[in-house]
Amino acid sequence: MTVATADVEDLRAAVEADGAIAFDGLHLERGDEGYVLETPDGDWCGLDEAALRDALETIGEYVTNWRYWQETVGGEGTARRAFLRWCERAPIADGELEDAAGSGDHPHVPDDGETLSVPARYELLRDGLDREWGEICVTARLVESDAGEEPAGERVYDLWHVDDADTDLAALEVYDDPRDAREIATYDADDRYRPLKTAPTLVSGWAFTGLSGGELVETIEFFYPATIANWHRELRGELDVDHWLETAERQSGIYDVIDELPREAVDWMAEACCVDSQCLRRREWQYEEGGELDPDGGDGPFPCREPCSLVVAAARKWTVLESEEERTYELELTTSELNQLTELIDAVAEGRTDEIREADVYDGANRYRARYLRAKRFDEDDSLAAREVDE
Amino acid sequence: MQALVIAAHGSHLNPDASDPTYAHADAVRETGAFDEVREAFWKEEPHFREVIRTLESDEVFVVPLFISEGYFTEQVIPRELRLEEWDPDLWDSDGTDASQVTLEATDVDKTIHYCGPTGTHDAMTDVIVQRAESVTDDPDVGEGVGLAVVGHGTERNENSAKAIEYHTERIRERDRFDEAKALFMDEEPEVDDVTDYFESDDVVVVPLFVADGYHTQEDIPEDMDLTENYRLGWDVPAEVDGHRIWYAGAVGTEELMAEVILERAADAGADVGDARDVIQDAATTAGPDGDRGPNPGAEAGD
Ligand code: SF4
Repeated sequence: MTVATADVEDLRAAVEADGAIAFDGLHLERGDEGYVLETPDGDWCGLDEAALRDALETIGEYVTNWRYWQETVGGEGTARRAFLRWCERAPIADGELEDAAGSGDHPHVPDDGETLSVPARYELLRDGLDREWGEICVTARLVESDAGEEPAGERVYDLWHVDDADTDLAALEVYDDPRDAREIATYDADDRYRPLKTAPTLVSGWAFTGLSGGELVETIEFFYPATIANWHRELRGELDVDHWLETAERQSGIYDVIDELPREAVDWMAEACCVDSQCLRRREWQYEEGGELDPDGGDGPFPCREPCSLVVAAARKWTVLESEEERTYELELTTSELNQLTELIDAVAEGRTDEIREADVYDGANRYRARYLRAKRFDEDDSLAAREVDE
Repeated sequence: MQALVIAAHGSHLNPDASDPTYAHADAVRETGAFDEVREAFWKEEPHFREVIRTLESDEVFVVPLFISEGYFTEQVIPRELRLEEWDPDLWDSDGTDASQVTLEATDVDKTIHYCGPTGTHDAMTDVIVQRAESVTDDPDVGEGVGLAVVGHGTERNENSAKAIEYHTERIRERDRFDEAKALFMDEEPEVDDVTDYFESDDVVVVPLFVADGYHTQEDIPEDMDLTENYRLGWDVPAEVDGHRIWYAGAVGTEELMAEVILERAADAGADVGDARDVIQDAATTAGPDGDRGPNPGAEAGD
């Protein structure tokens, strides 16, 4: 890899300014006897300017890596930078390489949490290095320089639906403006509105290609708002979780009532709304500090730090419903009809009704079965003929 | 670095509710006046609760895309943004004067300039007039024409009527239209009887709403007898009781709204350069045939 003169000059200027550089395994400082240069693969000392240039020439990847992160990306300490480093499995805290694995000789597909050294990253970045963020697959890759020579270390990013990982780009709708993500994220495959952006119903068939780091983060922000910011906070141990009670007690207006939702109903609510099949956020909020909810929070990569507006709105309905007293009813049903009610509720809850074939009369939630039950058991008010039993 | 956050209501049910917010945010983005521009919502994502933390800028200007001061601007938004020092008295407003207040959000290390709503800014008067121009396709509209500014009324918020009356009075003072009246859905004078309140043959009706939705696309057109059924659409203009009613739909979809947002931020100290001129030029040259103009006739209510 050829190291550009400008990069060498920038590096020297940075050493002048800071006394020394330590970045992703590259150490450079100016000693009494000339420059001291060190990478995990070798070290040099007593270098004059010409010797420094020659030495840097042999570790071009470290140099262009430094330039990309310090000059192109910048934003030290920001969620944007942390996310981009996560995308290529760089250690997220700059300068630390202790836990980085992999060597330049034999890159391998790393484990999920594993970080990689600069040569190992470059090896993978040449073909594109994939990571998954909810239903989105992000590929980081090196840009080929104009002259078609070795990459100069600049990265670009592509993203598409994980279901399209093996789809030919020509078969996808290709975009390059982050704002187009808004439209894509608005409707599901049945053209229904998706008010919850992290519902696992993102449509496939699209791709964003050649985005800069900033554009990538902006695009993800439109698909999954605030997920990067909260992930980054969690990573630093700074995620500020607001549990159910705090959120509920804060509400005003028509939502003022939701803090009256019984404790066990909050469990049911979390089980209804906040599981992986319904939402890709991993629920971190509990009933209250020290009072865990029963349902599992899920496995999503990004945390949910407080009940979302959809859950708050639904909670209002459940608060009203839960304020009703339970009563005992009597109604005539065969055992199979009772079982059928269970199947119906289950099919609706799982969003499975569309999949039940018209002729599949073995499924209790089959439309003809449901219509038959209605014809047989509904009274003239179009409801189940049930009698309240006096206790 | 400075960021702009446009705070709007949004909807769990209607995907179009946020369209004007996105459109105005994009218009501001294109001027390059802010390092970051972000939409935030009560019912959509990013929620008010999380928006500030997605920004890198230290200076954040929050402009509520709401028509009036009241429940959302005085309680919900400041609370959800965690502006703990907030107190409605800081705006020192009697319903239409809120400008801005500078506070810290307690979950982030940033300065938040919390601005008054777009709906009560003086520049909003121009947007209403611009709306009349675009719906009539006449840049000089005024002579022989009455203008009705329509609001919800006092049902939930008394300041909502104040905002409507404020702009109506300002339009009246300009002497451009023969008549200017404030009308309401839920209180007197009611928009149902629009023709009773005007002598002019031509009446432009501009609802002071942020987005087109149930009220502007169903209720108001039916109440005014523009159509028997909103699904059938209506003509612009439509004949009602010997008057020609030019119904404009929600004023919040007018392109010039982006300028009001910039005005709010500029009043709070944002450096917006010549962005206001850029938007004004774009809005006035695009004219009534622009993409985001009114949506009259058969498509209305679709
Ligand atoms: S509250 Fe539940 S449904 Fe809402 S975003 Fe969080 S995890 Fe998802």
